[in-house]
Amino acid sequence: MNVVSHEDKSATEPQSKEEPIITARNVDVFYADKQALNGITLDIPANKVTSLIGPSGCGKTTFLRCINRMNDLIDICKVTGEIKIGGQDIYDEKVDVVSLRAQIGMVFQKPNPFPKSIFENVAYGPRIHRLVKTKGELNDVVERSLSKAGLLEEVKDRLDEPGTGLSGGQQQRLCIARAIAVEPKVILMDEPCSALDPIATAKIEELIDELRENYTIVIVTHSMQQAARVSQQTAFFHMGNLVEAGVTEQIFTTPQDPRTESYITGRIG
Amino acid sequence: MQQIDIIGSRGARPLERAIQIFMVICSVIAIVITIGIVFSLAFEAYRFFQLVSLQEFLFGLQWSPQTAIRSDQVGAEGSFGAVPLITGTLLISAIAMATATPLGLASAIYLAEYASPAVRNIVKPLLEILAGIPTVVYGFFAALTVAPIIRWTGTEVGLEVASESALAAGLVMGIMIVPLISSLSDDVINAVPQSLRDASLGLGATKSETIRKVVLPAAIPGVAGSLLLATSRAIGETMIVVMAAGMAANLTANPLQAVTTITVQIVALLTGDQEFESAKTLSAFALGLLLFIVTLVLNIIAQFIVKRFSEQYD
Repeated sequence: MNVVSHEDKSATEPQSKEEPIITARNVDVFYADKQALNGITLDIPANKVTSLIGPSGCGKTTFLRCINRMNDLIDICKVTGEIKIGGQDIYDEKVDVVSLRAQIGMVFQKPNPFPKSIFENVAYGPRIHRLVKTKGELNDVVERSLSKAGLLEEVKDRLDEPGTGLSGGQQQRLCIARAIAVEPKVILMDEPCSALDPIATAKIEELIDELRENYTIVIVTHSMQQAARVSQQTAFFHMGNLVEAGVTEQIFTTPQDPRTESYITGRIG
Repeated sequence: MQQIDIIGSRGARPLERAIQIFMVICSVIAIVITIGIVFSLAFEAYRFFQLVSLQEFLFGLQWSPQTAIRSDQVGAEGSFGAVPLITGTLLISAIAMATATPLGLASAIYLAEYASPAVRNIVKPLLEILAGIPTVVYGFFAALTVAPIIRWTGTEVGLEVASESALAAGLVMGIMIVPLISSLSDDVINAVPQSLRDASLGLGATKSETIRKVVLPAAIPGVAGSLLLATSRAIGETMIVVMAAGMAANLTANPLQAVTTITVQIVALLTGDQEFESAKTLSAFALGLLLFIVTLVLNIIAQFIVKRFSEQYD
Protein backbone atom coordinates (compact mmCIF):
# COMPACT_ATOMS: atom_id res chain seq x y z
CA MET A 1 0.00 0.00 0.00
CA ASN A 2 1.27 3.41 -0.74
CA VAL A 3 0.23 6.98 -0.84
CA VAL A 4 0.54 8.07 -4.44
CA SER A 5 2.79 10.97 -3.53
CA HIS A 6 5.14 8.52 -1.86
CA GLU A 7 5.20 6.12 -4.73
CA ASP A 8 8.85 6.74 -5.51
CA LYS A 9 9.78 5.65 -2.01
CA SER A 10 7.67 2.58 -1.88
CA ALA A 11 8.54 1.45 -5.39
CA THR A 12 11.26 -0.71 -3.93
CA GLU A 13 8.86 -2.47 -1.58
CA PRO A 14 7.69 -5.91 -2.63
CA GLN A 15 3.97 -5.32 -2.04
CA SER A 16 3.83 -2.49 -4.56
CA LYS A 17 4.16 -5.06 -7.30
CA GLU A 18 0.90 -6.61 -6.19
CA GLU A 19 -2.36 -5.52 -7.67
CA PRO A 20 -4.21 -3.69 -4.89
CA ILE A 21 -7.79 -4.92 -4.38
CA ILE A 22 -9.05 -1.57 -3.11
CA THR A 23 -7.89 1.75 -4.49
CA ALA A 24 -9.05 5.08 -3.10
CA ARG A 25 -8.34 8.28 -4.99
CA ASN A 26 -8.95 11.78 -3.60
CA VAL A 27 -11.75 10.72 -1.31
CA ASP A 28 -13.39 13.64 0.46
CA VAL A 29 -16.14 13.14 3.00
CA PHE A 30 -18.39 15.88 4.34
CA TYR A 31 -20.84 15.75 7.22
CA ALA A 32 -23.12 18.63 6.23
CA ASP A 33 -20.60 21.49 5.90
CA LYS A 34 -17.89 19.92 7.96
CA GLN A 35 -15.18 18.12 6.02
CA ALA A 36 -14.20 14.88 7.73
CA LEU A 37 -11.73 13.50 5.16
CA ASN A 38 -9.45 15.47 2.84
CA GLY A 39 -8.44 13.83 -0.39
CA ILE A 40 -7.55 10.37 0.85
CA THR A 41 -5.56 8.34 -1.67
CA LEU A 42 -4.70 4.87 -0.55
CA ASP A 43 -4.14 1.39 -1.99
CA ILE A 44 -5.11 -1.68 -0.01
CA PRO A 45 -3.44 -4.94 -1.05
CA ALA A 46 -5.30 -8.24 -1.27
CA ASN A 47 -4.91 -10.95 1.36
CA LYS A 48 -3.16 -8.70 3.78
CA VAL A 49 -4.23 -6.97 6.95
CA THR A 50 -4.23 -3.20 6.65
CA SER A 51 -4.63 -1.23 9.84
CA LEU A 52 -5.91 2.31 10.01
CA ILE A 53 -4.56 4.14 13.05
CA GLY A 54 -4.79 7.66 14.38
CA PRO A 55 -6.23 9.73 17.20
CA SER A 56 -9.99 9.84 17.90
CA GLY A 57 -11.93 11.83 15.33
CA CYS A 58 -9.16 11.57 12.73
CA GLY A 59 -11.48 10.03 10.13
CA LYS A 60 -10.29 6.43 10.11
CA THR A 61 -13.72 4.96 10.84
CA THR A 62 -15.28 7.35 8.33
CA PHE A 63 -12.88 6.06 5.68
CA LEU A 64 -13.64 2.44 6.63
CA ARG A 65 -17.37 3.07 6.26
CA CYS A 66 -16.80 4.55 2.79
CA ILE A 67 -15.51 1.20 1.59
CA ASN A 68 -18.87 -0.57 2.03
CA ARG A 69 -20.90 2.60 1.66
CA MET A 70 -22.28 2.43 5.17
CA ASN A 71 -21.96 6.22 5.13
CA ASP A 72 -24.91 6.23 2.74
CA LEU A 73 -27.08 5.59 5.80
CA ILE A 74 -26.19 8.99 7.22
CA ASP A 75 -28.31 11.57 5.42
CA ILE A 76 -25.95 14.50 5.85
CA CYS A 77 -22.89 12.55 4.74
CA LYS A 78 -21.49 13.22 1.27
CA VAL A 79 -18.63 11.30 -0.33
CA THR A 80 -16.67 12.51 -3.36
CA GLY A 81 -13.64 11.04 -5.13
CA GLU A 82 -13.25 7.48 -6.31
CA ILE A 83 -13.05 4.16 -4.55
CA LYS A 84 -12.54 1.08 -6.69
CA ILE A 85 -12.78 -2.50 -5.57
CA GLY A 86 -11.36 -5.02 -7.98
CA GLY A 87 -11.28 -2.24 -10.58
CA GLN A 88 -14.96 -1.28 -10.16
CA ASP A 89 -16.00 2.14 -8.95
CA ILE A 90 -18.29 1.48 -5.98
CA TYR A 91 -19.85 4.93 -6.13
CA ASP A 92 -20.96 4.40 -9.74
CA GLU A 93 -24.73 4.78 -10.06
CA LYS A 94 -25.04 1.29 -11.52
CA VAL A 95 -23.63 -0.26 -8.37
CA ASP A 96 -26.13 -2.09 -6.19
CA VAL A 97 -25.24 -1.21 -2.61
CA VAL A 98 -26.81 -4.42 -1.39
CA SER A 99 -24.55 -6.63 -3.52
CA LEU A 100 -21.56 -4.46 -2.66
CA ARG A 101 -22.15 -4.98 1.04
CA ALA A 102 -22.51 -8.70 0.47
CA GLN A 103 -18.98 -8.67 -0.97
CA ILE A 104 -17.57 -6.63 1.89
CA GLY A 105 -18.24 -7.93 5.37
CA MET A 106 -18.16 -5.68 8.38
CA VAL A 107 -17.41 -6.30 12.04
CA PHE A 108 -18.37 -3.51 14.42
CA GLN A 109 -16.87 -1.96 17.49
CA LYS A 110 -19.37 -3.46 19.88
CA PRO A 111 -20.37 -7.08 19.27
CA ASN A 112 -23.88 -6.87 17.81
CA PRO A 113 -25.31 -10.37 17.39
CA PHE A 114 -28.97 -10.47 16.42
CA PRO A 115 -31.35 -11.46 19.21
CA LYS A 116 -31.68 -14.85 17.55
CA SER A 117 -30.04 -18.25 18.06
CA ILE A 118 -26.35 -18.76 17.28
CA PHE A 119 -27.35 -20.79 14.22
CA GLU A 120 -29.77 -18.14 12.96
CA ASN A 121 -27.16 -15.41 13.39
CA VAL A 122 -24.76 -17.15 11.03
CA ALA A 123 -27.52 -18.35 8.69
CA TYR A 124 -28.90 -14.81 8.28
CA GLY A 125 -26.61 -13.72 5.42
CA PRO A 126 -26.75 -16.92 3.36
CA ARG A 127 -30.55 -16.91 3.73
CA ILE A 128 -31.14 -13.35 2.54
CA HIS A 129 -28.75 -13.79 -0.37
CA ARG A 130 -30.16 -17.24 -1.17
CA LEU A 131 -26.67 -18.71 -1.26
CA VAL A 132 -27.93 -22.14 -0.25
CA LYS A 133 -30.68 -24.32 -1.57
CA THR A 134 -31.15 -26.98 1.06
CA LYS A 135 -31.20 -27.18 4.82
CA GLY A 136 -28.14 -29.45 4.61
CA GLU A 137 -26.13 -26.88 2.67
CA LEU A 138 -27.14 -24.22 5.17
CA ASN A 139 -25.95 -26.42 8.03
CA ASP A 140 -22.63 -26.86 6.24
CA VAL A 141 -22.18 -23.12 5.69
CA VAL A 142 -22.99 -22.34 9.32
CA GLU A 143 -20.65 -25.02 10.61
CA ARG A 144 -17.83 -23.98 8.27
CA SER A 145 -18.18 -20.31 9.13
CA LEU A 146 -18.23 -20.99 12.88
CA SER A 147 -15.21 -23.21 12.47
CA LYS A 148 -13.30 -20.55 10.50
CA ALA A 149 -14.16 -18.04 13.21
CA GLY A 150 -12.74 -20.44 15.78
CA LEU A 151 -16.04 -20.68 17.62
CA LEU A 152 -17.40 -24.06 16.55
CA GLU A 153 -15.80 -26.10 19.35
CA GLU A 154 -17.26 -23.80 22.00
CA VAL A 155 -20.82 -23.64 20.68
CA LYS A 156 -21.48 -26.79 18.65
CA ASP A 157 -23.72 -28.28 21.35
CA ARG A 158 -25.83 -25.16 21.77
CA LEU A 159 -26.46 -23.72 18.34
CA ASP A 160 -30.10 -23.16 19.32
CA GLU A 161 -29.25 -20.92 22.22
CA PRO A 162 -29.40 -17.15 21.77
CA GLY A 163 -26.25 -15.55 20.40
CA THR A 164 -26.68 -12.77 22.92
CA GLY A 165 -26.01 -15.25 25.73
CA LEU A 166 -22.36 -15.73 24.71
CA SER A 167 -19.46 -13.86 26.29
CA GLY A 168 -18.27 -10.64 24.65
CA GLY A 169 -15.35 -12.29 22.88
CA GLN A 170 -17.50 -15.17 21.68
CA GLN A 171 -20.13 -12.71 20.46
CA GLN A 172 -17.51 -10.87 18.43
CA ARG A 173 -16.30 -14.15 16.89
CA LEU A 174 -19.95 -14.97 16.17
CA CYS A 175 -20.18 -11.64 14.32
CA ILE A 176 -17.07 -12.57 12.36
CA ALA A 177 -18.60 -15.96 11.53
CA ARG A 178 -21.78 -14.18 10.44
CA ALA A 179 -19.73 -11.97 8.11
CA ILE A 180 -17.73 -14.90 6.73
CA ALA A 181 -20.88 -16.90 5.98
CA VAL A 182 -21.70 -14.56 3.08
CA GLU A 183 -18.23 -15.28 1.61
CA PRO A 184 -17.09 -11.71 1.21
CA LYS A 185 -13.81 -10.71 -0.45
CA VAL A 186 -13.01 -8.04 2.09
CA ILE A 187 -13.73 -7.82 5.81
CA LEU A 188 -13.82 -4.41 7.44
CA MET A 189 -13.29 -4.32 11.19
CA ASP A 190 -14.06 -1.20 13.20
CA GLU A 191 -12.11 -1.50 16.46
CA PRO A 192 -13.28 -5.08 16.89
CA CYS A 193 -11.52 -5.58 20.22
CA SER A 194 -12.24 -2.31 21.98
CA ALA A 195 -14.99 -3.87 24.09
CA LEU A 196 -13.08 -7.06 24.87
CA ASP A 197 -10.73 -8.26 27.61
CA PRO A 198 -7.09 -9.12 26.76
CA ILE A 199 -7.64 -12.86 26.38
CA ALA A 200 -10.61 -12.42 24.04
CA THR A 201 -8.57 -9.80 22.17
CA ALA A 202 -5.68 -12.23 21.71
CA LYS A 203 -8.08 -14.82 20.26
CA ILE A 204 -9.52 -12.33 17.78
CA GLU A 205 -6.05 -11.19 16.75
CA GLU A 206 -5.02 -14.80 16.17
CA LEU A 207 -8.16 -15.26 14.11
CA ILE A 208 -7.46 -12.15 12.02
CA ASP A 209 -4.04 -13.57 11.20
CA GLU A 210 -5.61 -16.83 10.00
CA LEU A 211 -8.33 -15.09 8.02
CA ARG A 212 -5.98 -13.06 5.86
CA GLU A 213 -5.17 -16.21 3.94
CA ASN A 214 -8.61 -16.01 2.34
CA TYR A 215 -9.73 -12.45 2.89
CA THR A 216 -8.47 -8.92 2.64
CA ILE A 217 -8.84 -7.30 6.02
CA VAL A 218 -9.01 -3.61 6.86
CA ILE A 219 -9.00 -2.91 10.57
CA VAL A 220 -9.44 0.31 12.47
CA THR A 221 -7.69 0.20 15.81
CA HIS A 222 -6.84 2.50 18.66
CA SER A 223 -4.15 0.19 19.90
CA MET A 224 -0.82 0.65 18.18
CA GLN A 225 0.37 -2.62 19.65
CA GLN A 226 -2.53 -4.30 17.94
CA ALA A 227 -1.74 -2.63 14.64
CA ALA A 228 1.86 -3.77 15.00
CA ARG A 229 0.81 -7.33 15.90
CA VAL A 230 -1.84 -8.06 13.30
CA SER A 231 -1.22 -5.90 10.26
CA GLN A 232 1.23 -5.96 7.41
CA GLN A 233 0.25 -2.50 6.18
CA THR A 234 -0.52 0.56 8.26
CA ALA A 235 -2.07 3.89 7.37
CA PHE A 236 -1.88 6.81 9.81
CA PHE A 237 -4.71 9.33 9.76
CA HIS A 238 -4.62 12.71 11.44
CA MET A 239 -7.34 15.38 11.36
CA GLY A 240 -8.95 14.05 8.23
CA ASN A 241 -5.70 13.62 6.36
CA LEU A 242 -3.84 10.47 5.47
CA VAL A 243 -0.43 11.36 6.84
CA GLU A 244 1.51 8.27 5.98
CA ALA A 245 0.97 4.73 4.80
CA GLY A 246 3.27 1.82 4.24
CA VAL A 247 4.65 -1.42 5.59
CA THR A 248 3.69 -1.69 9.25
CA GLU A 249 7.21 -2.34 10.44
CA GLN A 250 8.48 0.69 8.61
CA ILE A 251 5.75 2.98 9.96
CA PHE A 252 6.55 1.94 13.48
CA THR A 253 10.34 1.99 13.23
CA THR A 254 11.17 4.68 10.71
CA PRO A 255 8.17 6.94 10.19
CA GLN A 256 8.68 9.59 7.51
CA ASP A 257 6.37 12.23 8.91
CA PRO A 258 7.00 13.92 12.27
CA ARG A 259 3.27 13.65 13.10
CA THR A 260 3.41 9.88 12.74
CA GLU A 261 6.39 9.74 15.00
CA SER A 262 4.69 11.93 17.59
CA TYR A 263 1.62 9.70 17.54
CA ILE A 264 3.38 6.36 17.82
CA THR A 265 5.61 7.65 20.57
CA GLY A 266 2.52 8.88 22.41
CA ARG A 267 2.94 12.63 22.11
CA ILE A 268 -0.28 13.30 20.15
CA GLY A 269 -3.56 11.46 20.28
CA MET B 1 -5.60 16.70 62.94
CA GLN B 2 -7.85 18.67 60.63
CA GLN B 3 -11.48 18.90 61.73
CA ILE B 4 -14.01 17.79 59.15
CA ASP B 5 -17.59 18.82 59.88
CA ILE B 6 -19.92 16.03 58.87
CA ILE B 7 -22.58 16.56 61.53
CA GLY B 8 -25.52 18.16 59.73
CA SER B 9 -26.33 21.67 60.86
CA ARG B 10 -29.90 21.36 59.69
CA GLY B 11 -30.73 18.34 61.82
CA ALA B 12 -33.15 15.79 60.40
CA ARG B 13 -34.09 17.95 57.36
CA PRO B 14 -37.86 18.26 58.07
CA LEU B 15 -38.70 19.41 54.53
CA GLU B 16 -37.27 16.20 53.03
CA ARG B 17 -39.41 14.17 55.40
CA ALA B 18 -42.52 16.22 54.71
CA ILE B 19 -42.11 15.80 50.95
CA GLN B 20 -41.65 12.07 51.37
CA ILE B 21 -44.77 11.74 53.52
CA PHE B 22 -46.77 13.79 51.01
CA MET B 23 -45.72 11.46 48.18
CA VAL B 24 -46.64 8.38 50.20
CA ILE B 25 -50.08 9.82 51.00
CA CYS B 26 -50.75 10.58 47.33
CA SER B 27 -49.90 7.08 46.18
CA VAL B 28 -51.89 5.53 49.02
CA ILE B 29 -54.96 7.59 48.01
CA ALA B 30 -54.72 6.33 44.43
CA ILE B 31 -54.44 2.73 45.56
CA VAL B 32 -57.25 3.03 48.13
CA ILE B 33 -59.60 4.54 45.54
CA THR B 34 -58.84 1.73 43.10
CA ILE B 35 -59.55 -0.86 45.76
CA GLY B 36 -62.74 1.02 46.68
CA ILE B 37 -63.96 0.93 43.08
CA VAL B 38 -63.31 -2.78 42.81
CA PHE B 39 -65.14 -3.41 46.08
CA SER B 40 -68.20 -1.34 45.18
CA LEU B 41 -68.37 -3.15 41.83
CA ALA B 42 -68.00 -6.51 43.51
CA PHE B 43 -70.56 -5.69 46.20
CA GLU B 44 -73.28 -4.53 43.80
CA ALA B 45 -72.50 -7.44 41.48
CA TYR B 46 -72.89 -9.80 44.42
CA ARG B 47 -76.36 -8.41 45.08
CA PHE B 48 -77.17 -8.98 41.41
CA PHE B 49 -76.04 -12.58 41.57
CA GLN B 50 -78.43 -13.17 44.46
CA LEU B 51 -81.26 -12.38 42.04
CA VAL B 52 -79.83 -13.97 38.89
CA SER B 53 -77.59 -17.01 38.86
CA LEU B 54 -74.00 -16.75 37.65
CA GLN B 55 -74.64 -19.49 35.09
CA GLU B 56 -77.53 -17.63 33.55
CA PHE B 57 -75.51 -14.44 33.40
CA LEU B 58 -72.43 -16.01 31.81
CA PHE B 59 -74.05 -18.54 29.51
CA GLY B 60 -77.53 -17.19 28.85
CA LEU B 61 -78.17 -16.36 25.21
CA GLN B 62 -80.93 -13.85 25.79
CA TRP B 63 -80.42 -10.27 26.96
CA SER B 64 -83.58 -8.29 27.67
CA PRO B 65 -83.32 -6.66 31.06
CA GLN B 66 -86.92 -5.34 31.16
CA THR B 67 -88.42 -5.51 34.58
CA ALA B 68 -92.06 -5.04 35.03
CA ILE B 69 -93.52 -2.04 36.68
CA ARG B 70 -96.53 -4.11 37.67
CA SER B 71 -95.97 -7.75 38.50
CA ASP B 72 -98.77 -8.95 36.18
CA GLN B 73 -97.02 -7.63 33.05
CA VAL B 74 -95.87 -9.97 30.31
CA GLY B 75 -92.21 -10.92 30.45
CA ALA B 76 -91.94 -9.54 33.92
CA GLU B 77 -88.86 -11.55 34.73
CA GLY B 78 -86.42 -10.12 32.19
CA SER B 79 -83.49 -12.23 31.05
CA PHE B 80 -79.88 -11.54 31.81
CA GLY B 81 -77.78 -13.72 29.52
CA ALA B 82 -74.63 -11.73 28.77
CA VAL B 83 -73.43 -13.84 25.83
CA PRO B 84 -74.88 -11.55 23.10
CA LEU B 85 -73.17 -8.60 24.77
CA ILE B 86 -69.85 -10.43 25.04
CA THR B 87 -69.96 -11.54 21.41
CA GLY B 88 -71.03 -8.05 20.32
CA THR B 89 -68.12 -6.52 22.22
CA LEU B 90 -65.70 -9.05 20.76
CA LEU B 91 -67.04 -8.57 17.22
CA ILE B 92 -66.65 -4.81 17.32
CA SER B 93 -63.25 -5.02 19.02
CA ALA B 94 -62.08 -7.55 16.44
CA ILE B 95 -63.16 -5.28 13.58
CA ALA B 96 -61.45 -2.34 15.30
CA MET B 97 -58.21 -4.27 15.79
CA ALA B 98 -58.31 -5.62 12.24
CA THR B 99 -58.51 -2.01 11.06
CA ALA B 100 -56.07 -0.48 13.51
CA THR B 101 -53.30 -3.10 13.55
CA PRO B 102 -52.17 -2.82 9.90
CA LEU B 103 -52.68 0.95 9.79
CA GLY B 104 -51.00 1.57 13.13
CA LEU B 105 -48.07 -0.78 12.56
CA ALA B 106 -47.43 0.42 9.03
CA SER B 107 -47.44 4.05 10.09
CA ALA B 108 -45.16 3.24 13.05
CA ILE B 109 -42.71 1.46 10.74
CA TYR B 110 -42.87 4.31 8.26
CA LEU B 111 -42.29 6.91 10.96
CA ALA B 112 -39.48 5.03 12.65
CA GLU B 113 -37.62 3.68 9.63
CA TYR B 114 -38.45 5.58 6.45
CA ALA B 115 -39.67 9.07 7.24
CA SER B 116 -37.17 11.91 7.05
CA PRO B 117 -36.97 14.04 10.19
CA ALA B 118 -38.96 16.79 8.43
CA VAL B 119 -41.85 14.46 7.54
CA ARG B 120 -41.73 12.85 10.96
CA ASN B 121 -42.05 16.24 12.63
CA ILE B 122 -45.26 16.88 10.71
CA VAL B 123 -46.85 13.43 10.73
CA LYS B 124 -46.29 12.56 14.38
CA PRO B 125 -48.15 15.59 15.78
CA LEU B 126 -50.93 15.00 13.24
CA LEU B 127 -51.36 11.44 14.49
CA GLU B 128 -51.43 12.77 18.02
CA ILE B 129 -54.23 15.15 17.06
CA LEU B 130 -56.17 12.06 15.97
CA ALA B 131 -55.65 10.75 19.51
CA GLY B 132 -56.98 14.02 20.95
CA ILE B 133 -60.34 13.97 19.16
CA PRO B 134 -63.10 13.36 21.72
CA THR B 135 -64.65 9.93 21.24
CA VAL B 136 -68.11 11.47 21.02
CA VAL B 137 -66.97 13.18 17.80
CA TYR B 138 -65.83 9.82 16.47
CA GLY B 139 -69.32 8.69 17.42
CA PHE B 140 -70.95 11.33 15.18
CA PHE B 141 -68.59 10.39 12.41
CA ALA B 142 -69.48 6.71 12.73
CA ALA B 143 -73.24 7.24 12.99
CA LEU B 144 -73.70 10.05 10.47
CA THR B 145 -71.00 9.37 7.87
CA VAL B 146 -69.55 5.87 7.97
CA ALA B 147 -72.73 3.94 8.78
CA PRO B 148 -74.77 5.51 5.90
CA ILE B 149 -71.88 4.90 3.48
CA ILE B 150 -71.68 1.25 4.49
CA ARG B 151 -75.44 0.89 4.31
CA TRP B 152 -75.57 2.52 0.87
CA THR B 153 -72.67 0.44 -0.46
CA GLY B 154 -74.19 -2.71 0.98
CA THR B 155 -77.57 -2.00 -0.57
CA GLU B 156 -75.95 -1.31 -3.94
CA VAL B 157 -74.38 -4.77 -3.98
CA GLY B 158 -77.56 -6.35 -2.69
CA LEU B 159 -76.66 -6.93 0.95
CA GLU B 160 -78.96 -6.22 3.81
CA VAL B 161 -77.26 -3.74 6.13
CA ALA B 162 -78.68 -2.45 9.38
CA SER B 163 -78.49 1.31 9.76
CA GLU B 164 -76.48 0.80 12.90
CA SER B 165 -73.91 -1.84 12.04
CA ALA B 166 -71.06 -3.41 13.95
CA LEU B 167 -68.87 -2.70 10.94
CA ALA B 168 -69.33 1.07 11.12
CA ALA B 169 -68.64 1.20 14.85
CA GLY B 170 -65.66 -1.14 14.53
CA LEU B 171 -64.07 0.72 11.63
CA VAL B 172 -64.31 4.09 13.34
CA MET B 173 -63.10 2.65 16.61
CA GLY B 174 -60.14 1.22 14.67
CA ILE B 175 -59.30 4.68 13.36
CA MET B 176 -59.48 5.98 16.90
CA ILE B 177 -56.97 3.36 18.10
CA VAL B 178 -54.46 3.88 15.26
CA PRO B 179 -52.51 6.64 17.06
CA LEU B 180 -52.33 4.53 20.22
CA ILE B 181 -50.73 1.63 18.34
CA SER B 182 -48.54 3.75 16.08
CA SER B 183 -47.21 5.93 18.84
CA LEU B 184 -46.36 3.04 21.20
CA SER B 185 -44.95 0.87 18.41
CA ASP B 186 -42.92 3.78 17.04
CA ASP B 187 -41.26 4.15 20.44
CA VAL B 188 -40.58 0.44 20.61
CA ILE B 189 -39.12 0.30 17.09
CA ASN B 190 -36.95 3.32 17.81
CA ALA B 191 -35.64 1.56 20.89
CA VAL B 192 -34.20 -1.29 18.79
CA PRO B 193 -30.46 -0.56 18.82
CA GLN B 194 -29.04 0.97 15.64
CA SER B 195 -26.19 -1.55 15.89
CA LEU B 196 -28.59 -4.35 14.90
CA ARG B 197 -29.69 -2.45 11.78
CA ASP B 198 -26.05 -1.76 10.93
CA ALA B 199 -25.22 -5.44 11.32
CA SER B 200 -27.99 -6.47 8.96
CA LEU B 201 -27.33 -3.75 6.37
CA GLY B 202 -23.61 -4.48 6.60
CA LEU B 203 -24.35 -8.07 5.58
CA GLY B 204 -26.03 -6.77 2.44
CA ALA B 205 -29.64 -7.01 3.58
CA THR B 206 -32.05 -4.51 2.05
CA LYS B 207 -33.92 -2.06 4.19
CA SER B 208 -37.15 -4.02 4.14
CA GLU B 209 -35.32 -7.29 4.88
CA THR B 210 -33.68 -5.59 7.84
CA ILE B 211 -37.03 -4.34 9.11
CA ARG B 212 -38.84 -7.64 8.61
CA LYS B 213 -36.13 -9.97 9.88
CA VAL B 214 -34.27 -7.99 12.50
CA VAL B 215 -36.05 -4.86 13.67
CA LEU B 216 -39.61 -6.19 13.99
CA PRO B 217 -38.67 -9.49 15.66
CA ALA B 218 -36.63 -7.52 18.18
CA ALA B 219 -39.55 -5.15 18.72
CA ILE B 220 -42.24 -7.85 19.00
CA PRO B 221 -42.67 -7.80 22.79
CA GLY B 222 -43.35 -4.08 22.81
CA VAL B 223 -45.54 -4.25 19.73
CA ALA B 224 -47.58 -7.10 21.22
CA GLY B 225 -47.93 -5.08 24.39
CA SER B 226 -49.21 -2.07 22.48
CA LEU B 227 -51.70 -4.24 20.55
CA LEU B 228 -53.10 -5.74 23.74
CA LEU B 229 -53.33 -2.31 25.33
CA ALA B 230 -55.22 -1.14 22.24
CA THR B 231 -57.51 -4.17 22.56
CA SER B 232 -58.44 -3.32 26.11
CA ARG B 233 -59.06 0.24 24.99
CA ALA B 234 -61.39 -1.07 22.26
CA ILE B 235 -63.27 -3.33 24.63
CA GLY B 236 -63.79 -0.52 27.13
CA GLU B 237 -64.70 2.13 24.52
CA THR B 238 -68.22 3.46 25.02
CA MET B 239 -69.19 6.60 23.13
CA ILE B 240 -68.60 5.34 19.59
CA VAL B 241 -70.59 2.18 20.14
CA VAL B 242 -73.38 3.98 21.95
CA MET B 243 -73.85 6.22 18.93
CA ALA B 244 -73.09 3.83 16.09
CA ALA B 245 -73.58 0.21 17.11
CA GLY B 246 -77.10 0.24 18.47
CA MET B 247 -78.95 -1.25 21.42
CA ALA B 248 -80.23 -4.49 19.98
CA ALA B 249 -78.64 -7.45 21.73
CA ASN B 250 -78.35 -9.67 18.66
CA LEU B 251 -76.33 -12.84 18.92
CA THR B 252 -74.60 -12.71 15.55
CA ALA B 253 -71.21 -12.77 13.90
CA ASN B 254 -72.45 -10.75 10.94
CA PRO B 255 -70.71 -7.36 10.99
CA LEU B 256 -73.52 -5.82 8.90
CA GLN B 257 -76.09 -6.28 11.64
CA ALA B 258 -76.62 -4.17 14.69
CA VAL B 259 -75.03 -5.54 17.84
CA THR B 260 -74.58 -4.08 21.26
CA THR B 261 -71.71 -4.13 23.69
CA ILE B 262 -71.21 -4.41 27.42
CA THR B 263 -70.42 -0.71 27.73
CA VAL B 264 -73.48 0.36 25.74
CA GLN B 265 -75.74 -1.71 27.98
CA ILE B 266 -74.21 -0.28 31.13
CA VAL B 267 -75.00 3.21 29.83
CA ALA B 268 -78.52 2.18 28.87
CA LEU B 269 -79.17 0.52 32.22
CA LEU B 270 -78.03 3.42 34.34
CA THR B 271 -79.42 6.41 32.45
CA GLY B 272 -82.77 7.80 33.44
CA ASP B 273 -84.74 7.10 36.58
CA GLN B 274 -84.02 3.66 37.86
CA GLU B 275 -85.22 1.59 40.71
CA PHE B 276 -82.02 0.78 42.54
CA GLU B 277 -83.04 -2.57 43.96
CA SER B 278 -84.08 -4.15 40.69
CA ALA B 279 -82.09 -6.82 38.89
CA LYS B 280 -82.09 -4.56 35.84
CA THR B 281 -80.08 -1.83 37.54
CA LEU B 282 -77.85 -4.20 39.45
CA SER B 283 -76.97 -6.07 36.27
CA ALA B 284 -74.97 -3.02 35.18
CA PHE B 285 -72.55 -3.67 38.01
CA ALA B 286 -72.21 -7.31 37.06
CA LEU B 287 -71.42 -6.19 33.50
CA GLY B 288 -68.92 -3.66 34.85
CA LEU B 289 -67.22 -6.36 36.87
CA LEU B 290 -67.09 -8.61 33.82
CA LEU B 291 -65.51 -5.82 31.76
CA PHE B 292 -63.03 -5.09 34.50
CA ILE B 293 -61.96 -8.74 34.74
CA VAL B 294 -61.59 -9.09 30.96
CA THR B 295 -59.38 -5.99 30.60
CA LEU B 296 -57.40 -6.95 33.71
CA VAL B 297 -56.69 -10.40 32.27
CA LEU B 298 -55.69 -8.85 28.93
CA ASN B 299 -53.28 -6.49 30.65
CA ILE B 300 -51.77 -9.34 32.66
CA ILE B 301 -51.30 -11.38 29.47
CA ALA B 302 -49.70 -8.35 27.81
CA GLN B 303 -47.24 -7.98 30.65
CA PHE B 304 -46.49 -11.70 30.62
CA ILE B 305 -45.75 -11.66 26.87
CA VAL B 306 -43.56 -8.60 27.14
CA LYS B 307 -41.61 -10.14 29.99
CA ARG B 308 -41.13 -13.52 28.36
CA PHE B 309 -39.95 -12.16 25.04
CA SER B 310 -37.72 -9.55 26.62
CA GLU B 311 -35.78 -12.25 28.44
CA GLN B 312 -35.29 -14.11 25.23
CA TYR B 313 -34.14 -11.03 23.34
CA ASP B 314 -31.94 -9.50 25.98
